[in-house]
Amino acid sequence: MDKTVPSVANAVTQIPDGATIMIGGFGGSGAPVELIHALIDRYRTTGSPSGLTVINNNAGNGGIGIAAMIKAGMVAKMICSFPRSSNAEAFNEKYLAGEIALELVPQGTLAERIRAAGAGIPAFYTPSSYGTELAEGKPTEEFDGKMYVRERWLKADFALIKGQMGDTVGNLTYRMAGRNFNPLMAMAADVTIAQVSELGRPGCIDPQQVITPGIFVDAVVEVADPQQEEVLVRAGVVH
Amino acid sequence: MKNKLSNAQIAWRAAQDIEDGSYVNLGIGFPEMIAKFQPEGRDVTYHTENGVLGFGKAPAEGEEDWDLINAGKKAVTLNPGAAFFHHADSFAMVRGGHLDLAVLGAYQVAQNGDLANWRVGSKGVPAVGGAMDLVHGARRVAVVTDHVTKDGGPKLVETCTFPLTGVGCVTRVYTSLAVIDVTDRGFVLREKLPRLDMEALQSVTGATLHTEGQVADLNVPKDLE
Repeated sequence: MDKTVPSVANAVTQIPDGATIMIGGFGGSGAPVELIHALIDRYRTTGSPSGLTVINNNAGNGGIGIAAMIKAGMVAKMICSFPRSSNAEAFNEKYLAGEIALELVPQGTLAERIRAAGAGIPAFYTPSSYGTELAEGKPTEEFDGKMYVRERWLKADFALIKGQMGDTVGNLTYRMAGRNFNPLMAMAADVTIAQVSELGRPGCIDPQQVITPGIFVDAVVEVADPQQEEVLVRAGVVH
Repeated sequence: MKNKLSNAQIAWRAAQDIEDGSYVNLGIGFPEMIAKFQPEGRDVTYHTENGVLGFGKAPAEGEEDWDLINAGKKAVTLNPGAAFFHHADSFAMVRGGHLDLAVLGAYQVAQNGDLANWRVGSKGVPAVGGAMDLVHGARRVAVVTDHVTKDGGPKLVETCTFPLTGVGCVTRVYTSLAVIDVTDRGFVLREKLPRLDMEALQSVTGATLHTEGQVADLNVPKDLE
């Protein structure tokens, strides 16, 4: 079994118009910048994929990554917890102009909805958002004297994630707090595409150190010495 | 009100209540300042939503590693014994009741413990982050805030008028004038600035301040930064 693909361009060719895509990372930490930019490059060349729904904690920052996707006009809807980043102009402009939809989800609920999808659990109850406008229209129930809101799983067609080490069968590790949503998204998408900073043969990762087992990963592409989104944002880089 | 505590002084007072051996989440912005005033000799482990327990001070400029950040997207460092984990585990720590204390900011706190701290109206881009999760699960949910709004209106109220973050969740409020607990009776005044009389404090508070026994003096160091 060899899940490696030769390039980031090759890794994203099968994503169609209207797809729902989970993109790992929290701000710039753990964001798969090269995979995102490969998708943008494909859109600029071919006009596809467009009309995407993107799931991430944020809605892009600066002029690269998800912000660049939004600016390019590929994104119809964001599902996120915090679209107001330090420089979220790309999303703000589209949102205030009514050109992009937003589903706002509390951060812990977003994580658990994604985890539930990966675990085959269609719904669960959480105390988060009970009694707030984000719970409007959702079923509630009392358990042991406290009220909870029912939330649905959140699935995607594709997940674009970033690992530190990967092997050809898709086992992954993550670098520091770059882990965040990446292992959850790997579980919740039909097709999970991982860019890794170091790619090796099976056995290169001590099985005790594997964080995402390869069963959750469909394609692995090596991006040695990857760009860090926050560094690019601070340098004012625009993709 | 001329005599009131600075944000640093409010943060200092809140820090005095952080217990040795506790796990604490400090909200982005003002609440983060509390870590600076953690009393010496207390071993406190800080949690951040994006998957770090045991983070420390900010690194020196130029030393940042942007894969090592807190929920405010600021670079941090690690203390010995730190751990990384994914987002679902991070919020299991929050909702699962494993944190001892969460401290947040507020637009309004109601006398039944309702908190409004994520948006003030329907304009602009809404963003909630982890606030709606953090108000559930921690053993104590505290708020640090100015006692009144910029226009002098009360932030401690009978009923919140801004959109809620959580229902009946706040247990203690540290303000620029007082320390107030939220109880079954409503607001109970524990401490107030020494020369502030009850009537003056009540007049800038939007709900009844109850007392139970002696109200202590709220004393803080003068020159805090």
